Amino acid sequence: MKEISELIRKDFLLELRQRYAINGILLYVFSTIFVVQLCFGRVIDDTTWVALFWIILLFAAFNAVSKSFVQESSSRRLYYFMLASPVSVVVSKIIYNSLLMLLLGVMSLGLYSVFMGFPDFNLQLFLPAFALGSVGIASALTMVSAIASRSGNNAALMAILGFPVVLPLLLILVNASQLALKGQVDGMQIVRMLASVLLIDTVIVVLAVILFPYLWRD
Amino acid sequence: MIKGMWWKMLGIVLVLYSIIAGLLIDVPVLPFIHQTIRNLFYHVSMWFAMFVMLGTSLVYSIRYLSGYRIKDDLYASGAVYTGIFFGTMGLLTGMVWAKFTWGDFWTNDPQLNGAAVSMMAYLAYAILRGSIDETAMRARISAVYNIFAFMLLVIFLGVLPRLADNSLHPGKGGNSSTMEGLDLTMRMVFYPAAIGWILIGVWLLQIHVRKRALIQGVNLKK
Repeated sequence: MKEISELIRKDFLLELRQRYAINGILLYVFSTIFVVQLCFGRVIDDTTWVALFWIILLFAAFNAVSKSFVQESSSRRLYYFMLASPVSVVVSKIIYNSLLMLLLGVMSLGLYSVFMGFPDFNLQLFLPAFALGSVGIASALTMVSAIASRSGNNAALMAILGFPVVLPLLLILVNASQLALKGQVDGMQIVRMLASVLLIDTVIVVLAVILFPYLWRD
Repeated sequence: MIKGMWWKMLGIVLVLYSIIAGLLIDVPVLPFIHQTIRNLFYHVSMWFAMFVMLGTSLVYSIRYLSGYRIKDDLYASGAVYTGIFFGTMGLLTGMVWAKFTWGDFWTNDPQLNGAAVSMMAYLAYAILRGSIDETAMRARISAVYNIFAFMLLVIFLGVLPRLADNSLHPGKGGNSSTMEGLDLTMRMVFYPAAIGWILIGVWLLQIHVRKRALIQGVNLKK
């Protein structure tokens, strides 16, 4: 536990000291949303809103998470390898990236609502799905970035490897958001949607914890 | 010679039987599908063979991670490549059928999306393998990705079709012409077709692995 919290603290400190990374992602999100506003104009229908929102968030996630292992040089990796157990490394990265993703998601949601308006969502479904989805996407991409960091050209590989892994989650999230647009949603349906997102999240985290040690050793 | 050959012969006989019998037998006349239901013998059996290959690959990936024997990696990657071959064939037979039944090569359908995402995942696996030079490292990293992607796809294919209950695809929810009408004569052709193609798949896998083992100088017997 101590190890995990120390590692998370280290990641936050790094982020705060080299602020250009997080600022870069925020500027990236802002530019994308601005481009969307320029191309589509202010009025778009609700389904397009949902689709564009998740696409923007997905690409922001790729940018934000992809550096989580890539930035670690191989000598520094060896240093962590001696200091901490692989499970605490991966858990700390997942927690840190999920927090980062949630922050990024909330900020993009705010910016996006300012530029494109906010449709009449059923918030009981949309907000939990949004939070769980961000955590899931962050965890899946953490694992993919660990895989990509061990191979040669990882920038392109990250996208190629990441898409098939994140797509299932994304499709369910888009479905959930479309359902949330209907206004009155049956309680059972909300539970079913959230349960399936939660199931995928759990599977991702469990697999990451089991498989990461194989990636970590040299 | 006969000892190791019988299942290969059986595979050829079953596939030939299903191709010929599939064109000759009487099929039930269902709305919209009509005679194109015969595609079931050629299209669905491809997916069966693909699933068996990808399942084999998963098992060998897990075995590789528990023992680090390079021959397990040869089997795992060979099974993925064979699976990609059957998946491509499944997509092509499905697309030709869809053009004549739905009027389009591709539709936005849960079943088709699942197939496309799975193929993307395994093509990514092939690219990942290509990008790592060192053999042991390549085997380990790709085994991890194989397990990770396979589990997610299983969850995905298990969850999403249940959430979306409208599918054009025969045999899936909300479609009038389901495979429940699969009568006895069709089963007599379909099951042999599936088994035959699976045997052919295993044969392909064997040839592929033996070739790779010769090139890399790996002893398969050990």
